[in-house]
Amino acid sequence: MSDEEEETTEPELSYKQKLEIAKWFLLNSPPGEIQYVAKDVKAVLKDENVYETAAAEAFPLYNKSHMICLQLLDRSSDVLVTSFSEISEDEYIDPRTAQVAVVDHVKQACIEVRPASDEELPSAYIEEYRCALDAEISKYVGEVYPKGVCSVYSTKGKHVEEPGTDFELVVVISASRHSPQNFCNGSWRSIWNVVFEDELQIVELRGRMQVGAHYFEEGNVQLDTKHECKDSTAFQSADDCAISLTNIIRHHETEYLNSLQTSYLNLPDNTFKDLRRKLPVTRTLFPWHNTMQFNLTRDISKELGIGK
Amino acid sequence: MEAAMGLMRRIPPKHTETALSALLSLLPHHSSDLLSQVDQPLQVLCDVDCGKDFILCEYNRDADSYRSPWSNKYHPPLEDGPHPSSDLRKLEIEANEVFAVYRDQYYEGGISSVYLWEDDNEGFVACFLIKKDGSKTAHGRRGYLEEGAWDAIHVIEVGPEEEGKAHYCLTSTVMLSLTTNDESSGIFNLSGSIRRQMNMDLPVAEGHLCNMGRMIEEMEGKLRNSLDQVYFGKTKEMVCTLRPPAELVQMRLPDS
Repeated sequence: MSDEEEETTEPELSYKQKLEIAKWFLLNSPPGEIQYVAKDVKAVLKDENVYETAAAEAFPLYNKSHMICLQLLDRSSDVLVTSFSEISEDEYIDPRTAQVAVVDHVKQACIEVRPASDEELPSAYIEEYRCALDAEISKYVGEVYPKGVCSVYSTKGKHVEEPGTDFELVVVISASRHSPQNFCNGSWRSIWNVVFEDELQIVELRGRMQVGAHYFEEGNVQLDTKHECKDSTAFQSADDCAISLTNIIRHHETEYLNSLQTSYLNLPDNTFKDLRRKLPVTRTLFPWHNTMQFNLTRDISKELGIGK
Repeated sequence: MEAAMGLMRRIPPKHTETALSALLSLLPHHSSDLLSQVDQPLQVLCDVDCGKDFILCEYNRDADSYRSPWSNKYHPPLEDGPHPSSDLRKLEIEANEVFAVYRDQYYEGGISSVYLWEDDNEGFVACFLIKKDGSKTAHGRRGYLEEGAWDAIHVIEVGPEEEGKAHYCLTSTVMLSLTTNDESSGIFNLSGSIRRQMNMDLPVAEGHLCNMGRMIEEMEGKLRNSLDQVYFGKTKEMVCTLRPPAELVQMRLPDS
């Protein structure tokens, strides 16, 4: 295998190629592991410039897609880094406390907090729905996700003042668990788009749930799941909507957890069997000894010219 | 190199190939280390002489050609590619035939190849390879898998025979990926790779193939078991930590 050395003569990678590779590694980091990956990427690149640029471009994307949770400076609340809470690339709103956190993406920390401006906050009419839903969802997340963080954002129709126009809220739930000392990390992310359709007096929900887990003690095994679902309910008062929407979300997420459990239950006897059986079709260990004999007789017959 | 191996431990196993080629282009002077330490999904080529598929790896490669265990010829043809000695080739032919039966009994399909070569200290090295596509469009008998791949690489170093015994050192890697996809549960993918080693001193009275075969069978059983019970189990545990199932939540409620 020593003839691999010839590859050293290949032209060196361009700045752009190195940058793309570095970003690819960073973006493919498992939940909660981008800092470890970054350290290794830096060592492999041996090029501070490329690393800095790659980190500056990849961290914001990773942080948003993993919906990481950062503590506000005064520890009064948490802010979720998501595309729904994004005001500018490094500013994220926490609607519950009406504050905007300025974040350092690469350090994954909040570096400054300011009150949200009126423009950044929804109208009183929308806020009533948002706030009621936030309260119900928080209760639910507190009950069900030990390390869960949630937020409700107003997206479309944020400044609608009174009934008559459609608007949309987005519920985000992010729960993650990092225990590198146990070689295990994981995250649960759900995004629920909730569209209040005024004319039809109906509220449409679209949910996307994503679960990832990584176990890496003397190996590297990862779980990666995605599921989407839809549902709807009647457009009612803010409080009634909040309760029925939370019940719908609870129902779908519980169902999804059950289906994940079922997938795991099916592994040993069904799914895994299509890759490799636990025992041979004969249900006894392979007869290595007999096969040798079988081959011996075949060899003899070949030598005698019988098998031809 | 340490950082490169660190990355390989973290990058999703289904992206191993991309990650490895990225590392090879970043670290060309470490390419032989990388290729020997990072296992990558097995590739297959068809032996045109006998119309049978064989598996490609570093051990049957010379330049850009690969030696088929069936015809013993290099594909694409290579004039002075190395071949095992005639004694070793005889064992190689036998190993390929027996291992194909073994593979069929455990895998119900798939492809296998065995390669043997002399090593420097009077013994030899054997590489047993299995590739199984268990997706419902390929060799998945039960049709559960949208996508399913199992690649096993077993390399056994066999020491010289001393007083009727030989030392066997087996290094095995299994790489797998399985995906199910249905209306109610969406996409469910588990992928992983683990590598283990096993050392044994065994009497050679029954032949090397018998000893190697038993070790591989035991090792594959262990690897399958630890993937199933330990590794997949740990990811399931993680899911249940993130969102404990209802019965656990109810058990905790009286306290709060």
